[in-house]
Formats: sequence, structure tokens, C-alpha cells
Amino acid sequence: MAYEAVTNTGETLAVAETHGWNSVISDWSADKQTFGVPWGKAMMWIFLLSDIFIFSCFLIGYMSVRIATTEPWPDTSEVFAMTIAGQHIPLLLIAIMTFILISSSGTMAMAVNFGYRRDKKKTAALMLATAAFGAAFVGMQAFEWTKLIVEEGVRPWGNPMGAPQFGSSFFMITGFHGAHVTAGVIYLLVVAKRVITGFYDRKGSYETVEITGLYWHFVDLVWVFIFALFYLW
Amino acid sequence: MAYVAIADQVQELHDPTTFIRKYIWSQDHKVIAIQYGITATAVGLLALVLSGLMRLQLGFPDTFSFIDPVNYYQFITMHGMIMVIYLLTALFLGGFGNYLIPLQLGARDMVFPYMNMLSYWIYLLAVLVLVASFFIPGGPTGAGWTLYPPQAILPGTPGADGGILLMLVSLIIFIVAFTMGGLNYVTTVLQARTRGMTLMRMPLTVWGIFTATDLGLLAFPALLVSGVMMTLDRVLGTSFFMPAVVSMGEQLDYAGGSPVLFQHLFWFFGHPEVYIVALPAFGIVSDLLSTHARKNIFGYRMMVWAIVAIGGLSFVVWAHHMYVSGMNPYFGFFFATTTLIIAIPTAIKVYNWTLTLWRGNIHLRVPMLFAIGFIFTFVHGGLTGLFLGNVIVDIPLSDTYFVVGHFHMVMGVAPLMVVFGAIYHWYPKMTGKMFNETLGKIHFWVTFLGTYFIYLPMHYLGFLGVPRRYFALGNTEFLPDSVQSLNASITVSALIVGSVQLIFLYNLISSLFKGKPAGPNPWGATTLEWQTPDTPPTHGNWGPALPGCYRWAYDYSVPGAEWDFLPQNFPPEGATIDSDGIVRSTDGTPA
Ligand code: HEM
Ligand SMILES: [Cu+2]
Repeated sequence: MAYEAVTNTGETLAVAETHGWNSVISDWSADKQTFGVPWGKAMMWIFLLSDIFIFSCFLIGYMSVRIATTEPWPDTSEVFAMTIAGQHIPLLLIAIMTFILISSSGTMAMAVNFGYRRDKKKTAALMLATAAFGAAFVGMQAFEWTKLIVEEGVRPWGNPMGAPQFGSSFFMITGFHGAHVTAGVIYLLVVAKRVITGFYDRKGSYETVEITGLYWHFVDLVWVFIFALFYLW
Repeated sequence: MAYVAIADQVQELHDPTTFIRKYIWSQDHKVIAIQYGITATAVGLLALVLSGLMRLQLGFPDTFSFIDPVNYYQFITMHGMIMVIYLLTALFLGGFGNYLIPLQLGARDMVFPYMNMLSYWIYLLAVLVLVASFFIPGGPTGAGWTLYPPQAILPGTPGADGGILLMLVSLIIFIVAFTMGGLNYVTTVLQARTRGMTLMRMPLTVWGIFTATDLGLLAFPALLVSGVMMTLDRVLGTSFFMPAVVSMGEQLDYAGGSPVLFQHLFWFFGHPEVYIVALPAFGIVSDLLSTHARKNIFGYRMMVWAIVAIGGLSFVVWAHHMYVSGMNPYFGFFFATTTLIIAIPTAIKVYNWTLTLWRGNIHLRVPMLFAIGFIFTFVHGGLTGLFLGNVIVDIPLSDTYFVVGHFHMVMGVAPLMVVFGAIYHWYPKMTGKMFNETLGKIHFWVTFLGTYFIYLPMHYLGFLGVPRRYFALGNTEFLPDSVQSLNASITVSALIVGSVQLIFLYNLISSLFKGKPAGPNPWGATTLEWQTPDTPPTHGNWGPALPGCYRWAYDYSVPGAEWDFLPQNFPPEGATIDSDGIVRSTDGTPA
């Protein structure tokens, strides 16, 4: 990665072009900054690393109580099935939710792209679409919670279908993830508003859009793991 | 894309003007550091008082009617948790990390000062929530600092009503605060160094704090998750950690949870936590030894890799705290092996410290005394750690006073030695005043020798089988009578050591007013914080231009050099060092 840096005494430092492992080495042995990215982006990556550990602990904790508990685990494809027009379809709602969330990653990626092209309108529109997908996801999750609580009688401390840890883990993990999605929606709305008002044009960089995108993709990716480990197992 | 490093961009500095902006609601890393330091010290004093009360009970049982078993358990829990988390973690990372990272790297501040400020206020909230538990009905939790379920949340354990909840909530708040600060420290180290400051030129202090912060960002998640799960168990009646329990003749509503899962999560955090406290101490002590021995640190690269290796390995040893938990014995074999492997980089560090002193021009000033004291106490605690790391030796010793002696030596006294040394070392920079040397030396000798009088006998008590976390020994016939007299003498030493800390505080406060002006670089140290144009450094640290960095931090007694130290901003083309220890270019302007 070759770049030029202007020092505060005014000299221009040319940093040599390097490839492969050499570029890793030259990044790490550089002065001033290890990665050629803005501070906010570096910080978001580190935060996400920490957040990965949080979600891993939740999921590992859930898996280990699932193994430890003495009562049978409810059959998730039955619990999360829906009957529509007399048809009994397992995991229907979750499939739709997953589809929505993954689509929102697509619109987010496009928003980042248009951001770098300084296309204010399209960037903002795509971010709002992403936020709308996110809000739809949270809404459907609220619907799913209500259905479980009201119709199936699932409570954090017990349920009629089997091991009490089923409800405990379900509410804890999807709740924690849902909180992440909700935070992401708010984050998207704030950044989208700034895109519209031209804040990033004045700042000269649309990097914040990309940073928001990092967070959003991460939340999606985590959902894939929750989907696989909670609903499909 | 042409990319101008942010350290090079012209920065606008909004100098705060009002008192509140400057000293209270401040975004300046130095003010935040001092706020962290004062809060941590205050709550640490509380923990010290609690330990004194415990010692009174142990040394002179049946004498103090105001200490009953319930209080004792509450004291022990609050003492342990405060010392480990709210004092040492907060002081090393929030205090020294905040103060030293930007200064030693030649930066103007942390990368996100506003978030840094929030980190302190949230930490203060965590402390207040914790202390509030003393004032609620039932008092603070008495579950032990490890908070093991099922007992932690069952009736019968002190503070099972509200105390445990406040403890868990306070920990969760603390983790939020730590994360905000920690992200700042790591990003600042990675992305905001001055020109010439490569990673391999950073002082070891920064390496230690940086690695410890990384550990914190990856280990606190486990504590967060176990805290959330335990809160749910307590509040909503879930059974993550709770098996079916009959408590006081009643079958409780819990069933099917796994108490051992909590232990795994807790120690996945808990062991790295030991190194969160130890690695900054390792880093700082290296700099103190090198500066006051006027010699370069022996094996700088090895020291860096040892810090990183210890940090990495600390994530794969956690179950050595669980040999007696009933987990699969093959696990014990694995974890004993990894534990002993950590001893290798650790031993390398100890050798290198010793070799740094070897033939050095040792100035036995107060910071140096504490640094050398650290080597002793750390080696001592480390050696007993080797005993406890082996399953077969640990089984009879675990939950005895041998363990209490071990962990106090290795993660209580040793890091505190560095805390004291570091405060004395940087006090002149932080205040512009010199502390009183004589009082400092009294503080050192009483503390250093006193801790040996306190903790050495504890190892022996452990061999005899004196159990840990006991309010009183009662009719334990296998224990000789000498146990009681030893306990009394430990208590007397502890009270002396505790009260001598008042001299330390007196010294710090009175020197603020009466201390001699220290000058910008009283120790003749090489790192950049000693080169600031003002002492104490003002907002923005460096005046108009950032210092450059041309060398590592250990150019002491360089052969052929005119001065016995060359600061990191001493340019290759030469310059002069004035009598204050500040580098000037040959025409007299600041370098
Ligand atoms: C003069 C200083 C100190 C004294 C006299 C002291 C005394 C004690 C005593 C009497 C106990 C209870 C042991 C038992 O009954 O089993 C204890 C426990 C403990 N102390 Fe200290 N201590 C001191 C400093 C520290 C420091 C600096 C740390 C920081 C790491 C620390 C960490 C702990 C921990 C983690 C426990 C275990 C708590 C538990 O079992 O839940 N102590 N200390
Ligand atoms: Cu450990």
C-alpha cells in the first residue's frame, strides 16, 4: 500500500509500495498509525471484536445449558411453525426475518458504495431502506415474542414444552440481538439525517457511512449464527 | 488514496476556560486520569479498611462484637472485588493508561476525548452503585468475590436480597465504562502516534497497558455475560446456573442449570484479569528500572514479545482455578500444562529485569526502591503459583491460606508496589512538585517488609490446613495453638502497613503545597512525557508542534554520548540537552 504522508514540519514522506506479507510488516512497523484507516473505523473494528466475544459467550452458554439440562429440549421447528391457510409451515416467520435482515445488508452495502460516490440522495435513501428493513425485523421479532408468550405460554423461567432453559436462552439471546438491531436502526437514522443535511460533504468524507455499515453487517452476521445454533439445531 | 495521518493534521484545540470545563466535565486525558486515580484510591481505601476489620476478627476472635459472620463475608467480598476491579484495573488503565498513553506517544489527547470523559463518569456511577449496597437493607453481598452460584443468589447468603443485584449491576456498568475507555486506549496506541514512533519504539509502559487493555476488551465480555445470566436467574427465576436445589428444607423453583458453567465464564474473565493488572505493572516497572539504573532495558524485543505472549496464553489457562470443581480430570492435565508454559515468558521478564540492574548505575530513589520491591514480591508470588498450577499440589492447598498468601503476593502486593513506584515517579510531572524523599522511604520500607510479615506466615498457615474465607477457626483440633498467635501477629503487621499508607497520602497532599519545584525532567528520563513545554503539561500537551521520535526509549549511558541519557526526541543530527533535561536544537529552540 503506497501512500504519501505530510508531516507537521511540512516534508512529504513517500511510503514504499509493498505486497503480501511485506505490506503487513510495513503496516505494523509504521510510525503514526498501524492501519491506513480513520480512527472511527479502527475503533469500530476493535469494538466488534469485543462484541464477538460477548455473543460467543452467550451462544456457548446457551449450548452448554442445553446439554446440561435434565429435561428434553422443545422441538424448535414445531415451536416456531406457523399455520397459514391450513398449511403447517415450520420456521416460516424466522425464514422471512432472516431473509429481510440479509436483504438489509445488501441495501447497506449499496449505500456505502453510493456514499463514496458522493451521491447524497441515493445514499440516504438506501440507508433509510436499511433502517426500514431493520425496523421490520424488530417488529416481527416482537410479534414472535408475543406469540410465544401469549399463545404458547413460554416464560423465561419455564414453558409447557420442555426444558425451562429453552425460554430463558431464547428471550436472552434474541433480546440481546434485537437490542443491537434497534440500536443499529437509530444509528442508521442519525447518520442518514447527516447525509441529507450535507454534514459529510462539509467534512469531506463519507467514512461514517461505511462505519455504520460495518456495524450493520456484523449484526446480520451474528443473526446467521443465532439462526443456525438456536433455530436449526 | 493519499492519506494524511491524523497525527499530522493541523488540529484545532478548544482550550477549556471555565473551571467546570477544565477540571470536572473535562475531556483532557490528564484530568480524566487524575479523576480516575482519585476515585480508585478513595474506594481502595475503603477496601483497605475492610481488610483491617477482617484482620481484627482473625487476629483477636471474640473481641470485636461489631463483626459477626455476616459482616465478615460482606467485608471479604467487597474487599476482594474492590481491590481487583475498582482499584487496580481502574487505576492502571483508567489512571496511568489515560495519563501516559498520549504523553508517551507524543499525541495531543486520546482519539475520542468525549467518549473518554464519559468513561470516567460511568465508572464513577459503577463505584457509587457498588458502595450504595452498604446502605440497603441486608447490606452488600457476601458471596465471595468469585460470586459462585448457586449460593450467591440463595437466601442464607448475606446480601442475597439486594446486595448481589447491586454488585452485578455495578459490574455491568463498570464493563461499559471500561469498554469506552479501552477502545480509546487501543485506538490511540494503534493510530495516533507521533512521527517516528513505531510500535517497536514505544516504551514498555505503553506496551503493557496496551496489551492489558486488549485483554480487557476480550475478557470482560465473559464477565458481562455471566453477570447478565446471573441477574436473570435472580430476578426472573431462570435457571442458567441453578440446578435443582433444596434450600432450608424447601424445594426451590430452579432446575437443570449448570453452576460449573458460571465458573468457566467467570474464570475465562478472571484469569486474564490477573494479567490486566500485571501487564501494566510489568511495563511500568521496566521503565522505572531502566531509568533509575541509567541502563537500557535488557532485551527490549524479548520483553515486548513476552508481554504479548503472556497476554495470549492468559486466555487458555482459566480452569486452573477449577481443579476442585469436579470437572473432567483430563481438563486439569491440559490446563496445568498451559499454566506452566506461561511461566516461560514470565521468567524471561524476571531475568531481563535483573539483568537490567546488573552493573547499572543504580540510584536508590523512592520509585526505584518500589520497582526492586516489585521484583521480590512478584518472584515470590510467581513461585507459589507454580505450586498451585499443578493439579496434584493444588488439591490439598486450594481454599487454604496458602492461596490467600499466593494471590496477595502476586496480584495484590506486587502490582501495588508498581502503583506506588509509578506515582512517585510521575508525581513531579503531574504536579510540578517534588515529594518528600524521607517520607517516601519510610513508606517503602514499612510497606515492603510489612507485607512479608503479613503474607509469608500465611503460606505456612496454609500448609497447616487453615481454611480460607473462615470467620473463626473454632475447635479445629488439627491446628496447633501457634496458629492463633501467628494470626495475631499478622493482624498487627497488617494494621501497621495499613496505617503507613496515611503517610503516603499525607506526602502526596502536603508536597502539592510544600514540595520543591521539580523541573520538567528530574530523573533524566528519555520518554517523551518528560519533554513537554510545560510542567504539568497543559491542554494539548505539546504547544505548537508535536515532538518527533528518533530512537527507542532506553538510550541511557550511550557510549560516547555527551549526556548519560538521550531522550526519544533527540535528533540524529545532534542537539543539546539543557540543565532541565530538555532537548534543544543547537540554536536553543525546543527540538
Ligand atoms: C494490607 C493489605 C491487605 C490485607 C491486610 C488484606 C487482607 C485480606 C484478608 C484478611 C482476606 C480474607 C482471607 C480469608 O478470610 O480467606 C483477603 C481476601 C482477599 N484479598 Fe486482600 N488484603 C490486602 C490487600 C489486597 C490487595 C491489594 C488485593 C488486590 C488484588 C487483595 C485481594 C484480595 C482478594 C481477591 C481476596 C479474596 C476475597 C474472597 O475470598 O472472596 N487484597 N484479603
Ligand atoms: Cu489464573
